[in-house]
Amino acid sequence: MSDAATDPDDGFEPIEILTLPLDAWHRARGGRMVEFAGYHMPVQYDGIMAEHLWTRESAGLFDVSHMGQLTVTGEGVVAALETLMPADIAGLAMNRARYSLLLDDNGGILDDLMLTRQSEEQVYMVVNGATKYDDIAHMIDRLPDDVTLNLMEDHALLAVQGPQAVAAVARVIPGVEAMVFMQAGAFEWNGHALWISRSGYTGEDGVEISVPADAAEALADALVAQPEIRPIGLGARDSLRLEAGLPLYGHDLDPETTPVMADLGFALFKRRREAADFPGAERILAEREQGAVSKRVGLLVEGRQPVREGASVVDGDGSTVGRVTSGGFAPSVGAPIAMAYLPAAMAVPGTTVQLVQRGKVHHATVTAMPFVPHRYFRGVK
Amino acid sequence: MSRYFTEDHEWIDVDGDIGTVGISDYAQGQLGDIVFVEVPEDGRRIAKGDEAAVVESVKAASDVYSPVSGTVLEGNAALTDEPALVNSDPEGEGWFFKITLSDTAELEELMDEIAYEAFVAKL
Repeated sequence: MSDAATDPDDGFEPIEILTLPLDAWHRARGGRMVEFAGYHMPVQYDGIMAEHLWTRESAGLFDVSHMGQLTVTGEGVVAALETLMPADIAGLAMNRARYSLLLDDNGGILDDLMLTRQSEEQVYMVVNGATKYDDIAHMIDRLPDDVTLNLMEDHALLAVQGPQAVAAVARVIPGVEAMVFMQAGAFEWNGHALWISRSGYTGEDGVEISVPADAAEALADALVAQPEIRPIGLGARDSLRLEAGLPLYGHDLDPETTPVMADLGFALFKRRREAADFPGAERILAEREQGAVSKRVGLLVEGRQPVREGASVVDGDGSTVGRVTSGGFAPSVGAPIAMAYLPAAMAVPGTTVQLVQRGKVHHATVTAMPFVPHRYFRGVK
Repeated sequence: MSRYFTEDHEWIDVDGDIGTVGISDYAQGQLGDIVFVEVPEDGRRIAKGDEAAVVESVKAASDVYSPVSGTVLEGNAALTDEPALVNSDPEGEGWFFKITLSDTAELEELMDEIAYEAFVAKL
């Protein structure tokens, strides 16, 4: 028996694998540690299936400290960051978060990220772990000298996700329940300053908590002491985000993809489109008008066998026309699902396609995403 | 009846010249939740070490190699509806396929239960 199709890594080969603040905490709780983005990270505790379903029913605690937490500070920081991404940061209220994309000069995606305005002169960002040093180099090259970039390496990042997440966290950190989706704010816990946003990447309601590294274990203990919250590994995080239709950088997004190809047109804000002043605007706006050559879609795969990243999408003649970029078994759907890039003409819900994996043909249907409805809390209506 | 193991974590129970093949408890624990198993077709001739089956967990697909050469008698149809049998009873009801051995001498190259336990202990 041997691995035939484990997820390929991102070509990221660290000189040494680093240890994050909660490393011992995970090991003590039976987390199976693997190397991911240069760190030892827990891939699972009891099993991906049970952890996934627990998160959808109750709440999961995810350690996402491998991700890059940055503050970008200085006079003119908003205008400076807007030159690098298509978000309307100037139009963002204080303590509001947005999803955005770091773009290269050709409109290709260098990373996807969350940003929050903390003050007139400070923006907090969370970027992907495997890309954080490249992101920093890219930004330092392009930001003016009076803007300072700080990588918060002395902080851990905990995500609590699931329908019971906010009620449970509010018992530990009162006040988080007052926020709505994509709202953020400063909190205090046992004398430690926290930065919390009501967001996540599982499709569920929940929060992400930035905590000083020396308080991370105590906070994690306090959170999992709540009966609704269990520690969950990165394996379930991946199946949850796939069901939520959310792209993963290095798999579904890379410099060869643009926001229009990636079906992330919502990240192109009206003011920025009208001004056409973000990297690659000419190409991206043309794609927006005329449609991109290919597009990211969701696929429902027939049968029980998962079709994974790297499988080919073929047309009736057997010619390769696309590629699966994420795929696996979806525990909440009870069937295999995938994301793929398809030619625009085929990227229409209901279209049937053939996928080839290790010489075997699988049938799939293009479907609207998310596969599992989002349950973000947008306020009481 | 004797049970043998491979370094790739397959087991085979042999009764006369008929063998039953599966993956070890250690292997299922490493893979995690099994969501799909592809077993070989009846009558397929397999050489020792050939890819005979595919086992898929939530996270990854793995090949299962035949511990011996021979002809497939039957795949375990129960795994089609219930692949999780490999997790719950890997060395029993979760067997993958039965095979008619063409060369029982190949068994001498495999580990017995005690040798396999020692092998796994070092991993």
